Amino acid sequence: MMQIPCPWCGLRDEEEFCWGGQAHVTRPADPAKTSDGDWAAYQFHRLNNKGEHLERWRHTFGCRQWFNLARDTVSHRIIAVYKMGEQREVSCD
Amino acid sequence: MQNYSLLSIAKHALSGHRHWQPAWRNPEPKPHYDVVIVGGGGHGLATAYYLAKNHGITNVAVLEKGWLGGGNTGRNTTVVRSNYFYPESTRFFDHSLKLYEGLSRELNYNLMLSQGGVTNLAHSRHDMEMFERWSNALQLQGVDAEMLTTEQIQDRFPLLDTSPEARYPVWGGFIQHRGGVVRHDAVAWGYARAASALGVDIIQNCEVTDIVQSADRIQGVQTSRGQIRTDKLALCVAGHSTVLAAKVGLPLPISSQPLQAMVSEPVKPVLNGMVISPIVHAYVSQSDRGEILLGGGADRYPSYGQRGNYPLIEETVAAMLGLFPSFSRLKLMRQWAGIVDITPDTSPIMGLTPITGLYLSGGWGTGGFKAIPAGGDTMAYTIANNRPHELIEPFGLERFVTGALVDEGAASGVAH
Repeated sequence: MMQIPCPWCGLRDEEEFCWGGQAHVTRPADPAKTSDGDWAAYQFHRLNNKGEHLERWRHTFGCRQWFNLARDTVSHRIIAVYKMGEQREVSCD
Repeated sequence: MQNYSLLSIAKHALSGHRHWQPAWRNPEPKPHYDVVIVGGGGHGLATAYYLAKNHGITNVAVLEKGWLGGGNTGRNTTVVRSNYFYPESTRFFDHSLKLYEGLSRELNYNLMLSQGGVTNLAHSRHDMEMFERWSNALQLQGVDAEMLTTEQIQDRFPLLDTSPEARYPVWGGFIQHRGGVVRHDAVAWGYARAASALGVDIIQNCEVTDIVQSADRIQGVQTSRGQIRTDKLALCVAGHSTVLAAKVGLPLPISSQPLQAMVSEPVKPVLNGMVISPIVHAYVSQSDRGEILLGGGADRYPSYGQRGNYPLIEETVAAMLGLFPSFSRLKLMRQWAGIVDITPDTSPIMGLTPITGLYLSGGWGTGGFKAIPAGGDTMAYTIANNRPHELIEPFGLERFVTGALVDEGAASGVAH
């Protein structure tokens, strides 16, 4: 069972949370002027890292807020947690 | 290849079974091959076999970083079926099931195919309507599917709770009679033995650490056992597809997630065939050793850990116990997971890539095991002819740009 440090609620069991995909995926500024290839890349291409992965998570069955995690996808160790809209800063180590 | 038969067993018994040949050779890698396949699982081994058998291309190496069949091929829940929905999918998966039906004989290896039927359970009027639509679609495509009443399902599965008080009332369902289970390890071993006998080199403990490209094409690979040159490189690495594709700067629409499975202690025969409730997310069968084999949805976040986590176990077991209350008395014996490569439309990615000489068979997600024979057959054709086999044209990487997705989220059966 992963325990996830929600920035507002503290350390909670993973079943209270939903994974929200890769973090920092930027929507193209002008979709009408974006090529099919670039739009497909935005919609579908993902890093899917083996190792440290930056992800969005939501504390769905708690405070219902979104935040970011840097998590190791092999060991499941949570390396860092930071708020939505920020870049990686605070470490949990 | 030493033939396996009743006669050969009797003959070898006379010398105490000391002179059986190893099932496959264990050669040192050569510096060059006509085709290099990365991934010694079912898809990689089947591709190598069909390259040799159907196309006469035998100067082939299969490189496996661990042990042969130790990835998803050794970790799945052994189900084979072809009850998908869209014609693109049913054509492909039924071709695969038909190949499975003759495969033990073709490979001279007992795959233990047991076609006890795959039954889908409906728990509401709406589920029944959707199942009518699904089974009708299959029948229109010439794939066997039969609607079942609650009584017929009760007859087939005496331990299933079909009473009105059931936690998950059973309104009926449908069955694909030709669906069933296959001994998963035997598929890897059978293809490996046959391919090796035809001249394919299977190189285990050989990890591809880099892919060498120049002059706009594949030149070879760097491995933990040296450099190997080739003009044709096929990636058949399932959950590691993005790891390898990143080495050539090829982005993919794949998320690698855990898919767990577990078995109980062995018990006497109590379950005939496979039964799945796509709605409550559990599917159950009984192995030939008597273990109750249980699977469910994938863990809902990326992982390369091959283990998954407890919440999914609890969810899946709770679903199973709602269907089979008496199974609460079973002790779970073993639990494991693979790394499944999930795509946005739950259909595989097969064929050529933008890089000359690089071929991809991936994105199999939770449905790769049943696809092994057709996957190998079509990839071998694709590699030999440098163009996609007709059956896999709908599954090309470019569909994510054109929008021609083949959405098999429902028919894939397992929640993602």
